[in-house]
Amino acid sequence: MTADLGAQLAAAFDAAVAADERVEPRDWMPEEYRASLVRQMAQHAHSEIIGMQPEANWITRAPSLRRKAILMAKVQDEAGHGLYLYSAAETLGTSRDELLDKLHAGKQKYSSIFNYPTLTWADVGAVGWLVDGAAITNQVPICRCSYGPYARAMVRICKEESFHQRQGFELLMTLSKGTEAQHAMAQDAVDRWWWPSLMMFGPPDDESAHSAQSMAWRIKRHSNDELRQRFVDIAVPQAKALGLTLPDPDLKWNEERGHHDFGAIDWAEFWDVLKGNGPCNEQRISQRRAAHEEGAWVRDAAAAYAEKQAAQQAAQRAGQNEEARV
Amino acid sequence: MTGTDTTGSTVATAAALALGDDALILSHRLGEWAGHAPVLEEEVALANIALDLLGQARVLLSLIGDEDELAFLREERSFRNLQLVEQPNGDFAHTIARQLLFSFYQHELYGELARGEGPFAPLAAKAVKETAYHRDHAEQWTLRLGDGTPESHGRMQAGLDALWKYTGEMFQPVEGLEDLDWAALEGRWLAEVTGVLDRAGLALPAGPRTGAWAAGAGRQGLHTEPFGLLLAEMQHLHRSHPGASW
Repeated sequence: MTADLGAQLAAAFDAAVAADERVEPRDWMPEEYRASLVRQMAQHAHSEIIGMQPEANWITRAPSLRRKAILMAKVQDEAGHGLYLYSAAETLGTSRDELLDKLHAGKQKYSSIFNYPTLTWADVGAVGWLVDGAAITNQVPICRCSYGPYARAMVRICKEESFHQRQGFELLMTLSKGTEAQHAMAQDAVDRWWWPSLMMFGPPDDESAHSAQSMAWRIKRHSNDELRQRFVDIAVPQAKALGLTLPDPDLKWNEERGHHDFGAIDWAEFWDVLKGNGPCNEQRISQRRAAHEEGAWVRDAAAAYAEKQAAQQAAQRAGQNEEARV
Repeated sequence: MTGTDTTGSTVATAAALALGDDALILSHRLGEWAGHAPVLEEEVALANIALDLLGQARVLLSLIGDEDELAFLREERSFRNLQLVEQPNGDFAHTIARQLLFSFYQHELYGELARGEGPFAPLAAKAVKETAYHRDHAEQWTLRLGDGTPESHGRMQAGLDALWKYTGEMFQPVEGLEDLDWAALEGRWLAEVTGVLDRAGLALPAGPRTGAWAAGAGRQGLHTEPFGLLLAEMQHLHRSHPGASW
């Protein structure tokens, strides 16, 4: 490609993105745009898959059959979301296997939130309300992301996520209005999940490595801090409705800003969890690797069987051709 | 003991418990796979089957009482599920062997009930569609594993051999469903399972269909040791908060 042509393509791309046109898999795109999307979409897909673990932890202990069914359906949806997102990422020229290998090797990340443990049943509700709530706040703008396959996957995912979030809220509401022990369980879960949920929006804007470029490319629509503020403003009245408090003494309405002020996030903890030192990092990735390694013989069997079937069909076709000639 | 279903007809408690407990306990076992399956598609499929079964269990248990009271407050000796469905998951082949043996049974049984006019007919009419999917899933995997690699073949055969002694119990007439032709049901089941195993290059297990003194007595509330642990896990939270709603 000549320098001229390259510059023309880049200019046309920038203009299309600026005009809010969708980029599709066959369109030309800058290599950095492609790489940035693969990184973000892979991380998103990995988060769905690793995110199954903290919730699946409670499937066998769910306290009613209705809740058990809801939780199973939710974990199943998450596997489905992972599948959509890997498919969407594959349109950029990578493969699910390659991405999973990178996850298992620790070369690609997943959301740091899933490195926190689910210690009580109420955590299932707190994860639904806060973690899914934060995810939705993050993801709804991605429905308008410049890359078409990602945007379309997010439309489907957001619908299901909203449903999960309402179910999580309702679970917490039931606990909050239940016995004293249940109320305490709900409050304890919210106390433990509040700050990690705020960290889901990523580092503050002045420390976010990818933000400016992602926003210019319209992969991201809002900054980390904007989305975090939006989430806090939504969560505060919801907590009130739940009859639960949020563990932040500095949280208060700021009339002037028209937003809630909130306390300082422990960024040391955030970076530490991201580096692999959170309470469950080791456990999550070990379980994922174990499932993959222990499943290798199953995948090998499926591949061998498919090959045999294909060979058999080819032989049959050859036989039919032979007959036709005779 | 009998209960009354929503249509006012009499439901045999023993039969509803037997079928409901089968679905409840197998659903629980499949739920243990969440986050551990060999491929993502199987995360979806196993959870899907578990959900169908849980749905069946909830309808059946609700015919005779409060589903949660029945699931979470009965002790081991009061459960009426087959010993087959309480068996631990083992490896993927073991789980698929259990699915094959059970889903072919359940499909035949619900097909039979759906054709009849008894109180289980409406439930069975819906469930038989689900079990057709479960049966297909188990069959496809039995073929892939049986006719895949030497390792998968060996594991699939081992799973079938280990579970075979729990299959005789499936065809002991269930109280309240004595009208069914259980011998014919067993004949069709055996023919179908044999057909799948033939195509998968697997051998029909040769051992007896019932084992030691208690094997084959799940319907009488005599279970295997792993079942107590399953219930301990399943019921712990519910029992820790008596009278609470969730």
